[in-house]
Formats: sequence, structure tokens, C-alpha cells
Amino acid sequence: MSIEVRNITHIYNKGLPQESVALKDVSFTVEDGEFLGIIGHTGSGKSTLLQHLDGLLKPDEGQILIGDVDITAPKVSLLAVRRQIGLVFQYPEYQLFDETVAADVAFGPRNLGLEQEEIDERVRESLSMVGLDYDKIKDKSPFDFSGGQKRRIAMAGVLAMRPRVLILDEPTAGLDPRAHRDVLNMIRTYHKSQADSIIILVSHNMNDIAEYADKVLVMDKGQVRMHGTPKEVFARSAELREIGLDIPDLADLAEKLETRGLHVPKDAFTIPEMAQAIARQLRGGKTDPAAEGGEDA
Amino acid sequence: MIRDITLGQYYPGDSILHRLDPRIKILATLAYIILLFIVNEWIGFAACFVFLAVEVALSKVPLSYILRGLKVIFLVILFTFVLNLFMYDGEVLVRIWKLTITDQGLKRALFMAGRLILLIISSSILTFTTTPIQLTNGLERLMKPLSKIGVPSHEIAMMMSIALRFIPTLLDETDKIMKAQQARGADFESGNILHRAKQMIPILVPLFISAFRIAQDMALAMEARCYHGGQGRTSMTEMRFRTRDYITAVILLLFAAGIITLRVLI
Repeated sequence: MSIEVRNITHIYNKGLPQESVALKDVSFTVEDGEFLGIIGHTGSGKSTLLQHLDGLLKPDEGQILIGDVDITAPKVSLLAVRRQIGLVFQYPEYQLFDETVAADVAFGPRNLGLEQEEIDERVRESLSMVGLDYDKIKDKSPFDFSGGQKRRIAMAGVLAMRPRVLILDEPTAGLDPRAHRDVLNMIRTYHKSQADSIIILVSHNMNDIAEYADKVLVMDKGQVRMHGTPKEVFARSAELREIGLDIPDLADLAEKLETRGLHVPKDAFTIPEMAQAIARQLRGGKTDPAAEGGEDA
Repeated sequence: MIRDITLGQYYPGDSILHRLDPRIKILATLAYIILLFIVNEWIGFAACFVFLAVEVALSKVPLSYILRGLKVIFLVILFTFVLNLFMYDGEVLVRIWKLTITDQGLKRALFMAGRLILLIISSSILTFTTTPIQLTNGLERLMKPLSKIGVPSHEIAMMMSIALRFIPTLLDETDKIMKAQQARGADFESGNILHRAKQMIPILVPLFISAFRIAQDMALAMEARCYHGGQGRTSMTEMRFRTRDYITAVILLLFAAGIITLRVLI
């Protein structure tokens, strides 16, 4: 099931003095099983775009096809859409409401009209997926946990709906480094556990995008500025900086080494890869780019 | 959809009404509301209507925007209308079962509904043309004489400005929470009343928690900047009456005198 966004435009406060164009003629496709990273400056239209993908906002123009269902059509059943798509908002812990953790996580599956048994099983499974012990916490109040744990519970609430498409809006904002890692690994685990599932991740952290995403979409002023593999996108560092974005630390390091005359590949997005590349360079003692380039390819 | 609530919001602009001193606008709105209840004949009503129509035209706020604010309280107006319709004795016009509609009832009902509509439009003109800060500064200054008899005028104004300031914030918050729960399959639009009321819980609980969190942060931020109440506090912008404010005051006095004379004469 792929996602196809065709020329969508969205205008807030249409016809009022505060009118603003949030999305302008945005088109792109997401393939089956793809992990798409979306980056963009604050106010570039990322959140608006995500809400369109879940049918929470309707575009003023354009269409969005999920599989072969047009979710922008007037009479489409949004519940059917939500059976396919899970959206984790920014700071999802603020949407917890129920008396117990289990009841809160069960909210989504219950809305889907599942059987009680199925719901219980999914609650147990999704809590363990986010690294929490179902038996220990199911009857506790979700408000008794720390911020990071609350976020996991809230994410479990969305995972329990078993969406084929999981959309996350800055899921790691405000987390400590360890929780940050955990959340990203959790997303990866989910991606692998559901065959052909699509992940769409909005993040300000270029390192995460470089490491996890298959494709990157760069938004700027409500428009798609770039769309390609992390390698392609992060190679255009000057352009990215111009629209207020950055490149991953390792790409930045590669760029700086380059100016000092040490040529390492710019698309080594994990620390071991980079370390090896540098070691290879230093051991060889060669600084001839042609020779090194040949070896890398 | 939650953004459709325009009642009590500021509408940015630069009309003559936007530039008037907030104090005169507050007093004028108060006076206008009192006059609305003094009026009891068609002619006086027409005068009030025309006065407000001129005000709306001067404010340059689109009429559709103003009327959208009325939508929210449409039920209240309808309720008042129907209630008044059956409440008065007089010449019977229509009889439905045990209920009668009299000419007096109809007149009162129309008056009451008309009053409510004019009242709401006039007070929304005040908020449309005055920023919350101006509004509370104005109120604070107007209430200052009362602090001599122990009324905490600064505190009241501060509470009002905080309340006004956070209306849009809480609306945004509600919007966000509603969307988050909708994304989890919540359905707020179908089902009977009981079902719908139950569907409000997933919105209200997080909303209350947010409100408390915001209040706590706000109090901390104020304390961190040594806020300690109104004593010895000065204002960055001193309000001064200008010619246009005096002219407005004169017009208003003439209008009030006219309405009161009408009431006495008829």
C-alpha cells in the first residue's frame, strides 16, 4: 500500500486577514515498506502535511491516495482511513486521559470496534513493544509515570491500532539521549515487525534522519524543496543551510575533514562506518581522492 | 472547526474604532448595553440598531466575521425568544394546546432576542477592535478609584488579561487534543447525547491537565520576574484622551440623552 500525495494546497483562515498558505502544490509518493523522513524549518508546513495524511485536515486543492482510496473525497469513511494510519502527535503524553494504562492504550483499538480479547492481546503486545511490562503497569494511572514513560504509553496507544502507516511528529522532542535512542529503535522494530509498513518520521535531528530514513523529504515554506535518499539530500549542504536546516554531524565532519585534505565519504551515516573510513584513510596515508574514491565505490 | 469561534477575539485593523482610547470604548459599550434595556419602543430600538450599524461600518470588521460569533449563542437567543413568546398576557394571536402567543408576548420576545443580538454584537465590536492588553489596561485605569475602597483593581485586571490571553491558547490545545484522539479513532460527531458526552472525557481530562500545567508554568515565570502584585507598578504606555475620544464621548452622551428622552416621552 503506497501513499500518493497529488498537488495538495492548504490555506489557513481563508478569506481573513490572517490568511496564510500552509501547503502549496505539494506532491510526492511513498512506496510500500518505505521509511520516509521529513525535515523542514519550524512553520514549513510539516505538521499540516501530517494532519492531511490522517484525514484530520482537508486540502483546499489536490488529492491524497492511500492505497487506492482517495481520503480527500467528500464521503470517505475516516474510520477506515484510521484503521490503516496511526498518527503520533508531538508530545503525545498530553493526550493520555484514562484511569489505567491498559484502558488508555485500549482506547484506539476499542474505537476500531475490535473484540475484547483482541484488544487485550494488542494492549499487551504494544506495551511490550515500547519496552514496558504489561503486568506491572496495566492497572496504574498513566499520570503516575515520568515524562519519557508517559510518552511510551501514549505511543503504545497508537501502535495498538496496528497501523500499516505509522506517522510520527517529532517523537523524540524533549527526551533524554537514552529515551531518544529507545524511541527510535522502537519505531524501527515496529517497522520490521509489520510487513510492508510505512513509517513517516518528522524530526529536527538530521542524524536520526540520516541513520533511519530510506528517503528524505525537505519542506520549505509549504513546498517540497527536495526529495531523495539521505545521501542525495545531505549532499546539498549549502542549500539546506540556506533554508535554516543542517546536515548530519558525520556529513559535517566529512566536509570539515575534506577542507583539511582528508577525503572520507560523505554518506557514512553511522559512527562505525565513518570510523572505518577515517581509519582506512589514515592507515593508507593516502590523500589522493581518486584512489580513495575508487576503493569506496 | 474550533477556530470558527470568533467571539471575544481581536480582529487586527487600523480603523477609527481601533484607535480610540480603550477606556472610552469600555464605557461606551457599558452605556450602550444599559441603553438597550432602557429602550422599550420600536423607535428607540431602531435608533440603537442604526447606532450599532454605524459602529460596525466604522470598525471595518467584515459583517460575516461578526455574525459568525453569533452562531455560537444562537440557541440561547432562540431559547429566550421562545420563553418570552409564551410568558405575557394580552391579545391572543395563536393558541397551541395550553400555550398562547399574545401580541405583548410576541413584542417582548422580539425585543428580548433583538437586545441579546445587539448586546453581543456591541460587546464583540469592543473585543474585535481592542487588543486584550489595551482592554485590561483600560479596565485597570477605570477601576483605579475603586482601589481606595479596597477593590483589588490591578489583580482583577491581571486575572482578566490572563484569562483573555489564554483563550486562544486553550482553543489551540483543545484542537490539538481533539485531533490526537480523532487519530485514535474517536468519533465526536455521531451517536446519541450520552455517547457524545462520554466522548468528551478523552478531551476534557487532558485539557484540564494542560490548563493546570500552563497555569503553574505561568505563575513560576511571573515569580521569576519578581511579580508581586499591583503596588507601585507603572505602565509602559500611558493612556491619554485625544480629540477623537472627546468627540466620541459627546456623541455617546447625545445618543444616551436621546434614548432616555424617548423613554420618558413615550
